[in-house]
Amino acid sequence: MDKIRHECDVLVVGGGPAGLTAACSAAQARVRVTIIDDNPHVGGQIWRREQRKQSAPEAVEWVKKVQDAEVELINGATVFDYPEPGVLRAEASEGVYELSYHQLIIATGARERFLPFPGWTLPNVMGAGGLQALVKSGLSISGKKVVVAGSGPLLLAVAAYLREQGADLRLIAEQAPRRRLVPFGLALYRHPRKVLQLITLEKQLLGVRYLTSCWPIAAEGDEKLRSVTLRQGSKTRKLACDYLACGFHLVANTELAALLDCELREGTVHVGDFQETSVANVYCAGEATGIGGLELSVVEGQIAGYAATRQNEKAQALFGSRSKLRRFALMMDCAFQLRDELKDLPQPETIVCRCEDVTLEKLQTQTGWNSARMLTRCGMGPCQGRICGSAVEFLFHWTPKSVRPPIFPVRLESLASMSGASEGHREFFVEGDL
Amino acid sequence: MPETVSLTIDGLQVRVPAGTPVATAILSSGRTSFRRSVRGEPRGPLCGMGICYECRVTVNGQAHLRSCQIPCQDGMDVQTDG
Repeated sequence: MDKIRHECDVLVVGGGPAGLTAACSAAQARVRVTIIDDNPHVGGQIWRREQRKQSAPEAVEWVKKVQDAEVELINGATVFDYPEPGVLRAEASEGVYELSYHQLIIATGARERFLPFPGWTLPNVMGAGGLQALVKSGLSISGKKVVVAGSGPLLLAVAAYLREQGADLRLIAEQAPRRRLVPFGLALYRHPRKVLQLITLEKQLLGVRYLTSCWPIAAEGDEKLRSVTLRQGSKTRKLACDYLACGFHLVANTELAALLDCELREGTVHVGDFQETSVANVYCAGEATGIGGLELSVVEGQIAGYAATRQNEKAQALFGSRSKLRRFALMMDCAFQLRDELKDLPQPETIVCRCEDVTLEKLQTQTGWNSARMLTRCGMGPCQGRICGSAVEFLFHWTPKSVRPPIFPVRLESLASMSGASEGHREFFVEGDL
Repeated sequence: MPETVSLTIDGLQVRVPAGTPVATAILSSGRTSFRRSVRGEPRGPLCGMGICYECRVTVNGQAHLRSCQIPCQDGMDVQTDG
């Protein structure tokens, strides 16, 4: 396997809105900036390139700015190791990158939170963002019966998109109660752009049922999904469908920050005014610092990019808009808080850890993450607890385990690049296998 | 017409627009089960963004690759385990 050495002044991990804007701002200081991203194209999830139509104008604009600024892009490369300060390793099909940098900006974004319920492992039960990503990449949804369920503003955006692509949208089920959503809706009026988005969404979703205090309790099917049963109050209803797009809001991707020993607070990367983490020369921007939406990611990205290149005045000029957007993010957190009833969704035989098929009843006898890992293999599969971790935290309040490299499963040849690793690293080779 | 590429999925030849992820090509070919779980249950894509590893398949003999993160290429040989 080839070792590819790459040097830059500012390395940005993640090519979503926060990463792209960080790179643009840093590049204004005329330094060498590189973006490294796991996906085949930059844009992240919300600005994901589409097979059939033009991407959002804002996305096109930022991607062009990045190209004009001669920011180097490394796509399809997964960062898995941090051998020493100032160096990261990433695996790509062309080899293992060894990336040296002076300043690092972590913009690893967020993933959907999944909660286990009977049948959630069936094919065609997907994340809301998950199904959207597949449809954006060319999967035909035309005429397919779709139920969108879970929690968060993403559900509406996904539903509107799928409908536009011809999906037969049966229902949108939001677990949050109406009384929590109303104040959130009112708070939107302080953000004109968000009001416009909401009005557009409402138009696109005209005639689609949107139920609050409603959530899926079971998905049915044998080889694939056939129907979903939902509950609202004392009523249950069963709907036939081809796809269930289900995610319970978002959780921050903090694994890389944790590997670097950055301080985390409540599951997000803790940052100061200049988006600096607790580790010198390491910044963090966007959803990894807390779920705040696109506009906040764009502002935080710019601040981080400026701050990492000593353009402090430009960074400070954006503090005001960031505060306003953060207040909005707090409202959103409060509106879409998960209700306790969702803890009763998994049955004793329901799988919680999908990688290792660990059921709820096996976990119920454990005392915490460590015993669960050792005795049931929960969280020990290829996703390394990224899916079951947030579910287990919600169900049992277990605090997540510490992070060790490789933070993504890699090929044996890539592991060999870690041969100078300490004993601690080596121990993980055994645990991290597929 | 966009450029297309041709690949085989479990021996069946399919043609998709260039840049289509392998996962999308598999679903478009009518398959929903990408692999079998530890207990032998069918599994398909969940997150669509390279996090969950549920969509992993064998591409050109290399096992355990995330099909949602790999663009289809001409002559590619994809094997599901569903």
